[in-house]
Amino acid sequence: MATGAVAVSRSSARPSAAHVGRAAAKLGIFVLVLAALWGFWEGYRWLWMHEGWTWPFAVDDTTMPHIHDVLHALFKRGATGSLLISDLLRAALVTAKEAAVGFVLGAAIGFVLGVVLAHSRLLQRGFLPYVIASQTVPILAVAPIVVVYLGSLNVAAWFSVAVISAYLTFFPVTINTLRGVNSADRRAVELMRSYAAGRWRILWKLRVPASLPYIFAALKVSATASVVGAIIGELPSSIQDGLGGEILSFNQYYSLDPTQLWATNIVAALLGIAFFLVVVSAERIVVRRAAENVA
Amino acid sequence: MTVVSLRGISKTFGDGGTTALQEIELEIETAEFVSLIGPSGCGKSTLLRIMGDLTEPSAGNVIVNAKPARQARIDRDYGIVFQDAVLFDWRTVAKNIALPLELSGWDRRRRSERIKEMVRLVELSGFEDHHPWQLSGGMQQRVAIARALAFDPSLLLMDEPFGALDEMTRERLNLELLEIWRRSGSTIVFVTHSIAEAVFLSTRVVVMSPRPGRISDLIEVDLPQPRTALTREQPRFFELVTQVREALHLGSELEGGAPAPRGSEASV
Amino acid sequence: MSTPVAVQPVPRGGLGRLVGRRLVDWLPAAVVLVLTLGGWQAAIALFGIQNFLLPKPTSIAQTFWSDRGELLRAGWFTFQEALGGFAIGSGLAILSALVLARWRGVGRALMPYAIAANAIPIIAFAPITNAWFSPLTKTSKIAIAAVLCFFPVLVNTLRGLTSVRPSSLELMRSYAAGQVEIFRRVRIPTALPYLFTGLKVASVLSMIAAIVGEYFGGSFDALGVLIRSRAQTFAFTDAWAGILVACMFGIGFYVAIGLLERVALRWMPSAEE
Repeated sequence: MATGAVAVSRSSARPSAAHVGRAAAKLGIFVLVLAALWGFWEGYRWLWMHEGWTWPFAVDDTTMPHIHDVLHALFKRGATGSLLISDLLRAALVTAKEAAVGFVLGAAIGFVLGVVLAHSRLLQRGFLPYVIASQTVPILAVAPIVVVYLGSLNVAAWFSVAVISAYLTFFPVTINTLRGVNSADRRAVELMRSYAAGRWRILWKLRVPASLPYIFAALKVSATASVVGAIIGELPSSIQDGLGGEILSFNQYYSLDPTQLWATNIVAALLGIAFFLVVVSAERIVVRRAAENVA
Repeated sequence: MTVVSLRGISKTFGDGGTTALQEIELEIETAEFVSLIGPSGCGKSTLLRIMGDLTEPSAGNVIVNAKPARQARIDRDYGIVFQDAVLFDWRTVAKNIALPLELSGWDRRRRSERIKEMVRLVELSGFEDHHPWQLSGGMQQRVAIARALAFDPSLLLMDEPFGALDEMTRERLNLELLEIWRRSGSTIVFVTHSIAEAVFLSTRVVVMSPRPGRISDLIEVDLPQPRTALTREQPRFFELVTQVREALHLGSELEGGAPAPRGSEASV
Repeated sequence: MSTPVAVQPVPRGGLGRLVGRRLVDWLPAAVVLVLTLGGWQAAIALFGIQNFLLPKPTSIAQTFWSDRGELLRAGWFTFQEALGGFAIGSGLAILSALVLARWRGVGRALMPYAIAANAIPIIAFAPITNAWFSPLTKTSKIAIAAVLCFFPVLVNTLRGLTSVRPSSLELMRSYAAGQVEIFRRVRIPTALPYLFTGLKVASVLSMIAAIVGEYFGGSFDALGVLIRSRAQTFAFTDAWAGILVACMFGIGFYVAIGLLERVALRWMPSAEE
């Protein structure tokens, strides 16, 4: 159509053979990357032990256990008689609950705060520096105080952890909501005004939809932040049942059995990735629906 | 001397998709000012990019300055100006103009002398240390032109450079461009949507039509040089504009493959 | 506390211009500060909030002043860990981004993995770096800070390196410019705003990482250890003074990067509408 333009897209009619081919390629790369990481790990380990190099750190069974030992440890029975992996998954569930609640709480607060700040330059100038500064407070240090205080109000300990998780969650959402709400095309705003649409209408029909991409970018960050917040919150709060508790206890016995801490790390990593994937899927659904509404 | 020679140029996008260009034959001589004009989809921008070796033709031969187009690009035989000025925000006007010179390895003194010349040529003296966002659209395009001419190419390719500007700025820049063309003696290939602009600037107008993209007419513009603002008011100007317009209509009517008769056919 | 999947760089008129505005622009923030501190002080008096929960701002200020030597020394110790990790993590990230931008195929294939790695709570890894390097040295904290800084800087820089306008690339092609030239003259300058967004995030993360690392074991000279021991001995005002110092260093680091950004990006127009 246009000069030098791209060919007419016929992707909707693409045969499924190409789909399968692409999926196979992605799977192939996945396997390849895992294999490469595994190989790199074992190779590094072998080489360093063989040469006796001590920079950057000495390599032995404690500092770098075999990957297969770590995986094997997941299926060993612990003192309570249950498999390590089931213990870890149970702990992960506890942490996940705290993180999920914290995520929702933090995202809601972040969104509201972002919208409020977006509407007033004055409020922005007044509060934005503190919003940013809030993230420099080492919540690890503040966490016990939050837990004790909320505990005195008869709030369950896990909810206190959720509050800490929300603390790390709200910041990216606030910043991005602020930017997103202000990103609405000025001409679109003028169009809405020409329809005598009031501030609220403009907000809901134009600015918020316009800010969705930004908000989802922030939610992807916040997904992980909420998990991190939950783990950090558990550390000093003597909440034994979550992943933070597992990390603490396995850290104590690290020299005896390093594989357990590594296994915990794997589960924590999977939890973080799982949260991230949930948000990504939610984004696909929400954004697609929004696009259909517009069309 | 023939600066640009196109033989049997065809271009299709995608497998069996749009035919952007079909069997284009064109020769451009030294110091010509040739405009390519046609409706959307006629392939004029594609043709320009083929001349600059920025796009490969599906078939045919491109000779620029008696070399294959690829060699001409590597030897930096031409300068190009796009519709969007494509200036680098982090460079000042002077440094933007310096870009091709830096790439060609000119030393600092030679560069600053040439930059001074170019700035004077496009009448932007005093703005050397400004950044692109501090300039109007017309000024930005002048910087782009200065940059394109910086290493003194014999051929200048221009893809609707004034398309984003208002009419008055356009007319003024047209006069400036003609002045630059006269002084530098270079050959210019100019893509445009505007019939008046094509007639005013060119020595020859190439009328193109779409589906498939092809040349439907070649019209000699015999208006006297040097052209001025008054040229636009001459009866001959209107005649030529009408001629081009009718050639364009004829071209779209004959959509579907049959090339219209070549050569300038006066049909007033 | 984590790491942006590449967020668009903030136009300098927004957050980036936090430092260096006219004094008048700081007035609302100053007012908020005064009101908050005043309200805080009043609330404690009015509601009789116990000292261990929230000491009075005046007590914190007093404790900070009297202990300032020890506190600032500890803060500096921890800051060095943060700075070291920041430098190493960001440096590696920039190099990796350059490599991934140069060989796009690899970059595109690995991007989802970089994003997934970004989603891992690295903080769980802190006890392991303590096992690798003696917990009493700075190195273990530098390691965790480096790992935490790596991904935000990588993702943001890579996004910047690959967000060049196609017309700029076409222009460079018309000059028959090689890959090195394109990187040097187009991709890297384009990436700078994105890089600084990543660096600002990393600056805050590095301090957090250092302190969390210290939680799992650190030298007594370290701020995190100091805060923890004071909290454990119920010297809460002292603990809050330590938290204040941690904030000061965190904010200071962020502001320093912001200043660096203004210098490096002085060509950018203020986007304040």
